[in-house]
Amino acid sequence: MQTPAAFDYERATSVEGVIASLQRGGAGARVIAGGHSLLPMMKLRLANPTHLVDINDLKELQYIREDGSEIRIGALTRHVDLEKSELLARRFPIFRDAETVIADPVVRNRGTIGGSLCQADASEDLSAVCSALKASVVIRGATGERIVSMEDFHVGPYTTAVGDAELLTEIRIPVRAGCGSAHEKVERRAGDWAIAATSAAVWLEGGAIAQAGIALSAVGLTTIHLTRAEELLRGKAPTQELFAEAGELASADCSPTADGRGPVDYKRHLAGVLTARALARASARAQDQGVA
Amino acid sequence: MNVTIDINGETVSREIEPRLLLVHFIRDTPGLTGTHWGCDTSNCGACVVLLDGSPVKSCTMLAAMAEGHEIRTVESLERDGDLDPVQQGFHELHALQCGFCTPGMMMTARGLLDENPDPTEAEIRTAISGGICRCTGYKNIVAAIRWAADHEAAAKQGVSA
Amino acid sequence: MSTGVRDTVEVNLPSRDHERPIGFGRLKRKEDARFIRGKGTYLDDIRLPGMVHGAMLRSPFAHARIVSIDTSRALAHPNVAAVITAKDLETLGLAWMPTISYDTQAVLAGDKVRFQGQEVAFVIATDEYSANDALSLIDVEYEPLPAVVNARKALDPDAPLIRDDKAGQRDNLASPLWEAGDQEATDRAFAEADTVVTRDIIYPRCHPAPLETCGMIADFNPETGQLDIYNGNQAPHAHRTVYAHVAGLAEHMIRIRCQDIGGGFGNKVPVYPGYVCAIAGSIVAGVPVKWVENRTENLVSTGFARDYVMHAEMCSKDGKITGLRVDVIADHGAFDSTAQPTKFPAGFFHIVCGSYDLQASHVQVKAVYTNKAPGGVAYRCSFRITEAVYLVERMVDALALEMKADPIELRMRSFIAPEQFPYETTTGWTYDSGNYAETMRVAMDIAGYEELRREQAEKRARGELMGIGVSFFTEGVGAGPRKHMDILGLAMNDGADLRIHPSGKAVVSISAQTQGQGHETTFAQIVAEELGIPPEDVEVRHGDTDRSPYGLGTYGSRSTPVSGGAVAIVSRKVRDKARLIASTMLEARPEDLAWEKGRWYVKGDPAKGVLIEEIAERAYSGGELPEGMEGGLDAQVIYDPPNLTYPYGAYIAVVDIDPDTAEVKVRRFIAVDDCGVRINPMVVEGQIHGGLAEGVGIALMEVITFDDEGNCLNSSFMDYLIPTALECPDFELGETVTPCPHHPLGAKGVGESPNVGSPPAIVNAVIDALHVTHGVDHIDMPCTPARVWAAMQGRAEPPQ
Repeated sequence: MQTPAAFDYERATSVEGVIASLQRGGAGARVIAGGHSLLPMMKLRLANPTHLVDINDLKELQYIREDGSEIRIGALTRHVDLEKSELLARRFPIFRDAETVIADPVVRNRGTIGGSLCQADASEDLSAVCSALKASVVIRGATGERIVSMEDFHVGPYTTAVGDAELLTEIRIPVRAGCGSAHEKVERRAGDWAIAATSAAVWLEGGAIAQAGIALSAVGLTTIHLTRAEELLRGKAPTQELFAEAGELASADCSPTADGRGPVDYKRHLAGVLTARALARASARAQDQGVA
Repeated sequence: MNVTIDINGETVSREIEPRLLLVHFIRDTPGLTGTHWGCDTSNCGACVVLLDGSPVKSCTMLAAMAEGHEIRTVESLERDGDLDPVQQGFHELHALQCGFCTPGMMMTARGLLDENPDPTEAEIRTAISGGICRCTGYKNIVAAIRWAADHEAAAKQGVSA
Repeated sequence: MSTGVRDTVEVNLPSRDHERPIGFGRLKRKEDARFIRGKGTYLDDIRLPGMVHGAMLRSPFAHARIVSIDTSRALAHPNVAAVITAKDLETLGLAWMPTISYDTQAVLAGDKVRFQGQEVAFVIATDEYSANDALSLIDVEYEPLPAVVNARKALDPDAPLIRDDKAGQRDNLASPLWEAGDQEATDRAFAEADTVVTRDIIYPRCHPAPLETCGMIADFNPETGQLDIYNGNQAPHAHRTVYAHVAGLAEHMIRIRCQDIGGGFGNKVPVYPGYVCAIAGSIVAGVPVKWVENRTENLVSTGFARDYVMHAEMCSKDGKITGLRVDVIADHGAFDSTAQPTKFPAGFFHIVCGSYDLQASHVQVKAVYTNKAPGGVAYRCSFRITEAVYLVERMVDALALEMKADPIELRMRSFIAPEQFPYETTTGWTYDSGNYAETMRVAMDIAGYEELRREQAEKRARGELMGIGVSFFTEGVGAGPRKHMDILGLAMNDGADLRIHPSGKAVVSISAQTQGQGHETTFAQIVAEELGIPPEDVEVRHGDTDRSPYGLGTYGSRSTPVSGGAVAIVSRKVRDKARLIASTMLEARPEDLAWEKGRWYVKGDPAKGVLIEEIAERAYSGGELPEGMEGGLDAQVIYDPPNLTYPYGAYIAVVDIDPDTAEVKVRRFIAVDDCGVRINPMVVEGQIHGGLAEGVGIALMEVITFDDEGNCLNSSFMDYLIPTALECPDFELGETVTPCPHHPLGAKGVGESPNVGSPPAIVNAVIDALHVTHGVDHIDMPCTPARVWAAMQGRAEPPQ
């Protein structure tokens, strides 16, 4: 069996402790949460941290709660809890959409939202979900906290705004009326990474789309924010024709590469199809919510 | 480093390298070789054990991370000579052939039934979708888990009645 | 004296659905008891005192000259005991080994590497983690060479020569052109035909990928010269003979124990370099050496399957299929380690004439080397029958499209008729028995074929894509008759050794080796059926060369056809001896005795009889035996099957395709198999379920591809996709029973049928869904969303 290279291990008991441990560990220090991205890479020797800080005991980072005008999710919240959360299902059903197609249920028992976001794999679903929902994240360092929007969170492939000796602690999602959201994904097989996926959210006001959030997975080097399509939708009535037009922009604005999942033209095509579908479902959900 | 883990109700303690994978700790230290491994990438589910009651893939967890937690393996399913209904169901409905995926499948099934005692076929298929079986085509595994659910429900009714 | 009537057990023949049959029926498996408790003993579960661990360094290049190998840094690792390279093996005479196809394969690469993942150095360390660490401390300098990846280009004049190690080898031809059938008669059939279709069809490279990877523990005792091997393989006796030849060891001093095996599917037939290294390591180190490959090693270096590039033409006359012409390039990778009987370099591919009464057919196959992993093994398949069935069943559908005929109707019109059996095919096979049309009709009934066609038309009108695909296969399994079939000169026969103890309990030893097929149950049932001993009282021994008779193992669906025949016959030998003893006990002439399950009794006086247990007791007692008879109740046989057995089946797949995303969902799968008499129908059905799942995998997702440099693109379970419970439908099975006329039990092999028969049904269904709306008339596997979408755009391409 593949085995990781040697490293030191430390189990953190507080967020402050994590930061201090990361500082001690220097450049070779990494945080481990669910471990389902990091450990396979370590076994392949693609990642060779010399110092691992285990944050799984930090129950204070495991929560989903509504706090005024925001939903706040602790970074250590596991996929299974995101999937099962009734609060999220009510506010942002996009989470349940995504969580039922992320890896498999056993992996979802361990993997965390913070780990997913920090891995910053362009194929990863939750980055697109959070981008579409216009979320921001809280990053803690030795000198305190800072809040970073999802747009600024992804710096590049596998790279985020979380710096050395910093820890992602929370995801904040604004709660505003008239919201509907949905996630659409095509994969080669259950549990596989996406060939392409779209996260979409719309906020309806008086029968028109006041704002939209759309992000794509697996069709670029990073999660792709579809700003042109978002602008297209703003102020317009939700129709299938409009969503198809947004889909065309999605096809144009993504930048997939060919790989074992498919060629570029197919991925562009999927980006369009899934964007139109996700918007239609998001809009229908927003309208249902309006009625309720 | 020294690690102490509760495995099947027994306290197991050993000096290990921090990089030791949980699956190796379980197989080497108490010698519980019923937990298998079939891939390196957490795709096959042969290594599934219960961590505090939830199915997890023990090839993608460090032994050190399990300290202070309760691990249950396939060897714990039979109690005082009584097979777990999941074990019985697998035997009755021919849900195993080479037997290699079986411990992982059964522990996943045990975790499912503990949480959802009356799963639909679709829920069962989803629950075991993190495991690969090369022999059975899953049909009899799905039926066996449903068999176990029915027999557990009947047994509970019997007790209350 | 006893009347020989049991009071606890029914003497009458139980129904085949009986829960506790004495003989054939749905007996729950004996082997389950250990597996459901996690008490199986697979290779990696075995720990021997003083055991050390091996790890293999592999080539990152598909084709490169080795300039130098420096092991000094690895040897300096405190936990490393030894590092073995080709140079070390040369001194032991082990640098190269024979393949099962009379080719040679480098155990460790010395001159150059010929595929990505090829074995370069073997590290032995105190533990697995240290052994893995030491791999990165071996410095190898390579000089990369251009790689041959595409089999079609392997014979180009400018193609780099891969096998420059072979004297006289000037190109990448792996074996000369091989032909079957009658070319002239085939030309005539095509000249007389009214419809001809042509297709280029690829059966892409895929991998059996059993859930347990390959591995070995070798334990050489220098004092005694005994070599103990623990190794999950499908043919322990044949492996022992190979090791004796390769390592120059005495065959009787080698013992191979295959304990529980976590699946084989053909992958555990060959001898791999890691095994030879473990043996060499134990000889060098003097301690047991364990080597277990990881999943990537399994996928990139061990026996792949298929990789057949085929060009075919099929013709018909007056609405009936009449001729078939096939031209194949077989891609064997860097070393030809194809598993097949010696006289059949393309395996049984020439069974490609299928289930049809053809006028003529002709097949030619040439094999090439490429810079890819060596093989190919039969992935749950009897020696290339999978490729053959896929080809013919795709071609029949292509012909049906051209003729605008219903694909079932065309098959029905062209089937070999029941009264034509035994039937000599146009490529020389003698099919034993069959009633194909009946089996096809059972499948149509279960499927509700007419209703499905109506549903399809309605859906099509609504813009939905639904396809119905059919395949009908005939396999030839149970290799085989010694006059035709051997592997490395070893006849493909199987032994059985049956011992009835004084108490009437029995041990039957067989040379077939289970990898999950349930031999411990079904072979006990055969003895039970023949002797009337409860199967619980029959212990089945296998997988230990010291405790089982010589035989060629389990693959090619040969266990029941060959070993099953052996066990039936050995049981009958015991029964015959029991009759003679009974005649003494009953004071009657042997010919006056009649047999019913479990007892001999006097004809006309059924109350006067003796149970087999009582006969066994007498056989070992001081009591009187027939004049001149030795005591005991044992027998031994080597069974030489007179012919293969020819199971067949009708499969129907129903698929739905998302018109926008091109995702294919197998909604229903109907499989009606006729494998003759079923010893344990539960086990047979389980085998069929498993093979169908593999067929779903091969049709939709399982594939091994390479980039232009020869890098393997499917080297883990993240990219070698195997279907989960969510991709497999709730398989619907049916059966017909046409006994095999020459098998002692009337049984035929079945394990591989579902893998053989299902891919063409699914691919035919995909094409059926897309033909009318998108003009698709061909697609190669796997039918991934991307590939199906490309086909829908009119741009179907073969896989890389």
